[in-house]
Amino acid sequence: MRTLSHFFYRQRTLTLLLMLTPPLLWFGVVYLGSLFNLLIQSVWVFDDMSMSVITEFTNTNFANLLTPANLDILTRTLAMACAVTLGCVLLGFPMAYYMAHFAGPAEKGFFYVAVMLPMWASFIVKAYAWTVLLAQGGVIYWLLNAMGLQFALQAVLALPVVGGDTLATSNLGRFVVFTYIWLPFMVLPIQAAIERVPVTLLLASGDLGARPFQTFRRVLWPLAFPGVVAGSIFTFSLTLGDYIIAQLVGPPGLYIGNMVYTLQGTIGNIPMAAAFTCVPIVLITLYLSLARRLGAFHAY
Amino acid sequence: MSVAIEFKAVSQTFGHVKALDRVSFSVYEGEFFSMLGPSGSGKTTCLRLMAGFEQPSSGSLRLLGRDALGAAPYERDVNTVFQDYALFPHMNVLDNVSYGLLVRKVNKAERHARAHEALAMVALHDHALRTPAQLSGGQRQRVALARALVNRPRILLLDEPLGALDMKLREQMQVELKQLHKKLGITFVYVTHDQGEALSMSDRIAVFNQGRIEQIANPRTLYHQPRTPFVADFVGSANVIDASFAKTLTGAAQAFAVRQENIQIHMSQASVAAGDWKLEGEVMAIQFLGANQRLDVKANGQIISALQSEGEIASRLAADAVHGQRITLSWSPKHMVMLDA
Repeated sequence: MRTLSHFFYRQRTLTLLLMLTPPLLWFGVVYLGSLFNLLIQSVWVFDDMSMSVITEFTNTNFANLLTPANLDILTRTLAMACAVTLGCVLLGFPMAYYMAHFAGPAEKGFFYVAVMLPMWASFIVKAYAWTVLLAQGGVIYWLLNAMGLQFALQAVLALPVVGGDTLATSNLGRFVVFTYIWLPFMVLPIQAAIERVPVTLLLASGDLGARPFQTFRRVLWPLAFPGVVAGSIFTFSLTLGDYIIAQLVGPPGLYIGNMVYTLQGTIGNIPMAAAFTCVPIVLITLYLSLARRLGAFHAY
Repeated sequence: MSVAIEFKAVSQTFGHVKALDRVSFSVYEGEFFSMLGPSGSGKTTCLRLMAGFEQPSSGSLRLLGRDALGAAPYERDVNTVFQDYALFPHMNVLDNVSYGLLVRKVNKAERHARAHEALAMVALHDHALRTPAQLSGGQRQRVALARALVNRPRILLLDEPLGALDMKLREQMQVELKQLHKKLGITFVYVTHDQGEALSMSDRIAVFNQGRIEQIANPRTLYHQPRTPFVADFVGSANVIDASFAKTLTGAAQAFAVRQENIQIHMSQASVAAGDWKLEGEVMAIQFLGANQRLDVKANGQIISALQSEGEIASRLAADAVHGQRITLSWSPKHMVMLDA
């Protein structure tokens, strides 16, 4: 054993190589390889007659993305991803701030568990549970009725885009479920970022004459921003890629994920599915470069 | 002289801990006032009450003639230099210094002019575009000072601002702070646990211990006439002889203090001058300090320290002395400072 330890201690490069090869193989071959394999198919031809893929170059798949029906799917998914991200920031930031700067050790433990607990249950179970909660005759309807607020609910559901026949079939209901399910991914990075902001910086800001909102805008927000971006990468990309919640809750109309699922599963149109898959990749690349320009990856 | 800060019976409790226990004192306008004490003595709590970061549990607090209870930090004509500097890491030096003017909606031209002026005051005008991370500890300290002064406060609070600097820089900053205080003529309130720092800069010093003020006096009075055993020990590390020990020595049950440098060392009792008090003990340790050496002598179960200036006698003693060697200490009655308790 000792000689083995000595051997690895002296052969630093070899040790490093041994440790890094499995993850690099996994990442490089299995992950990037299959992704590349998928993407290359987006420029191949799908023959409708024979229902088979012909390995010839074409750009029709990408052109097809811009047909009104497909564009509808893209904007629907993108709009929800943006709304969910915004909702998670608005809900998550105050909670993360409280956890980082005010909660005592026991309270912090409680918050950690409370934030993480929903992640212990299966994703599909949670989504189904929400369909029950949001359904007519469900808990939320009952509660609003009991408080005499059904007129408010009807007014909200009557709104275009946001509303629908019932909560369970409205975009609002879908937004609520998405926000609930992705919220932990937003709270934890923001909390970690705020934890690194010394309290004296906030005191110094007030001491220099800044009102609480000015302190938030000029000191806390810029310093917590990298955490917000980290969280939003999760909420944004997870919403863009989801096909389960979009199916279970909310109005009819496909999301990118459903479309990819349908195209490659039922129809076998892998090239078109690959073209759809490119959209989130491009959107997230654009999003990351924007975040980078806003200084989100700058460490202080 | 008008009063800048007035504490009246101020108490502050955190849970079961009494950080401040009915503290009353006044700081006069234009004064360099230091709050000196060990950590946990209440001095920093006092500073935080002045800045408005905390509200007292009871008592009254007036700043510049106005009741300050309930006033938020941004409503007070007071600025703070923090122990860890608390510079904003995402802003450069210029933006850090002009922050106080920015949030008070001063226009950009004036903001920058005044920030440059403040930076010139601390000799950092050519570092305006650097970030705090690119500065040394001493430079960060100066930026923090400029940032607090740019608002032209009438009271400047300094919370152990030199604690993180090395000794040479600390001494240089002490001189500069004193000059700055003279030039600006505003009230400085300085928190420190370093008695040397307090003695060298202050007009008056309040010595804190366990949430109370032991004594407020000017540096020389505090050094030569400490009123309590704590002040005698903390401010000049004087030897404190408690009442019962004093009774066996002098016959009177009155505690007193003798400074280390006022104690003579004798190899035998014969050389003690007539009229001086003497005490025999055992040498426990000899510590060479450069210009002098310190002897720790155990007598009557207590360690008495004596400073001996460096020279032939001192070096011979250090070379020859063995642990537990008997030795005689003496001091003149005029060097005894009578204490309250």
